[in-house]
Amino acid sequence: MYYKSKGYRIFSIFNHILLILVALSCLLPMLHLLAQSFSSKTAINGNLVSFWPVDLNVDAYVKTFNNSNFTGSMWISVIRTIMGTFISMFIITTAGYALSKDFRGRNALMWIFIFTMLFSGGLIPSYILVTKLGLKDTIWSLVLPGAFGAYNLILIMNFFKTIPKALEEAAFIDGASFFVIFRKIYLPLSLPGLATVGLFIMVGNWNAWFDGILYMSNTTDYPLASFLQTVVVQGSAQSMALSQSEAAALSEQSIKAAQIFISTLPIILVYPFLQKYFVKGIVLGAVKE
Amino acid sequence: MAFQDYKPWLGLTGSTWIGWDNFARIFQYKEATQSIYNTLIIAVIKIIVGIIVPIFMAILLSEIRNMGIKKSIQTLVYLPHFLSWVTVAGIMIDILGLDGGINHLLTNLLGIKPIYFLGDPTLFRPTIIISDLWKNFGFGMIVYLAVITGIDPSYYEAAEIDGASRRQQIRHVTLPSMMPMIIVIATLSLGNILDAGFDQIFNLYNPLVYSTGDIIDTYVYRSSLLNGQYGFGTAVGLFKSGISFILIVISYRIAYKVANYKIF
Repeated sequence: MYYKSKGYRIFSIFNHILLILVALSCLLPMLHLLAQSFSSKTAINGNLVSFWPVDLNVDAYVKTFNNSNFTGSMWISVIRTIMGTFISMFIITTAGYALSKDFRGRNALMWIFIFTMLFSGGLIPSYILVTKLGLKDTIWSLVLPGAFGAYNLILIMNFFKTIPKALEEAAFIDGASFFVIFRKIYLPLSLPGLATVGLFIMVGNWNAWFDGILYMSNTTDYPLASFLQTVVVQGSAQSMALSQSEAAALSEQSIKAAQIFISTLPIILVYPFLQKYFVKGIVLGAVKE
Repeated sequence: MAFQDYKPWLGLTGSTWIGWDNFARIFQYKEATQSIYNTLIIAVIKIIVGIIVPIFMAILLSEIRNMGIKKSIQTLVYLPHFLSWVTVAGIMIDILGLDGGINHLLTNLLGIKPIYFLGDPTLFRPTIIISDLWKNFGFGMIVYLAVITGIDPSYYEAAEIDGASRRQQIRHVTLPSMMPMIIVIATLSLGNILDAGFDQIFNLYNPLVYSTGDIIDTYVYRSSLLNGQYGFGTAVGLFKSGISFILIVISYRIAYKVANYKIF
């Protein structure tokens, strides 16, 4: 009834406009970036580029992919993301399976894990620990410190707990071991949860920039996000490896834009496929009776 | 380490113990107390705004009936959450710069002088808070939207028969149903009160805005790793962790009492 009233109709129109504007505000910066990356130097310097490329060209991308610093960093990021996600998922799912059962000392163990989530030693102790373990300047310094996230563990554990006990008991009677049950029942049944947590870990690994700057002494060992940080924020033109003649023809801004865009592309590509899972996953993890 | 005059070449066993000196120094250095104050201000506003706006947006979005439009809006507003602060900082430095898009718009429409958002101490905090909101509100919205969709429609029908307008329905049905979730999220976020967002501020700040933008985490980074005061940096970090820990335990207790929320 209410939606037929005049007041509600006016509200509805404003509501649509407002929300569409908000949604656009999330999209337009990316479009602007994309347009810049395809535009010429004169157009960018003259502030002519808004959301559509001016003097369309792909020089910035050619230059970016010919920059061995960039491609090297990208490769490190790819390896790091694959390794990091795999290791994290392995630890978290196995630990989550064990902790979803009742056994003596379980609560004490849980509190120890949660303690790590709440109480970190801080920047310097972590740095010294990683250095003393001899991980500095290796890829392990990027992958291992964050591999076991208590938050993700709790999410996964709560997923495992929702799986009916009867399934496990039935499998036991059929002669299945814990590992078989874990692999054949628990993992497939909690796919939305795994996808959600997996996506978080993947994105987290891909986006992490500070650990690279912290633990790598050579900029050539930086993962992509750390490399970008030096280019975009510290504005070091040297990491772009431009010669003088190139600097005259190519806008720094369009190279930056191209680099940012390329580094974001994997996330934009994965995101729509996993979105339907993570909406469900977050809600199940957060809303609990 | 926090209780030592730590020297890397002497190590943990070789460095001299100096008791609580490092902690005492936190309150002697103006920069340190300033950073604690900044952290509190920025974090508190971020928490408040970060709870209210997603609730508001979730209610507005639930009013949209067309599933196609609803889904597209959802997809777009979550997206920034998955970009790294390096990326967002790159975009922001560009569009907020003196000759960037926002200033371009402002000078053309309103005829005012370009504003240097990231270099003006009075504007730095609002810029930080709004950009954080922009990046993260979509994510908070998911949870609230799920709660709204989970509300039993018969409540609305009953309210409508009693002659409640849409606004009254939202006030008396939607909001009360969301309350437990809001309380849980609000109390749990208490623990973040000393966390103003290192990634964001580190990538956006500069010496011009240290007075209003320097937070504990960035101060620790500068004072310890860059200036070599390892013991002092650790003490500041420990100070922060200690207080956060106490706050989280308290807030968890409240959440458990009020909304019967348990982590595991």
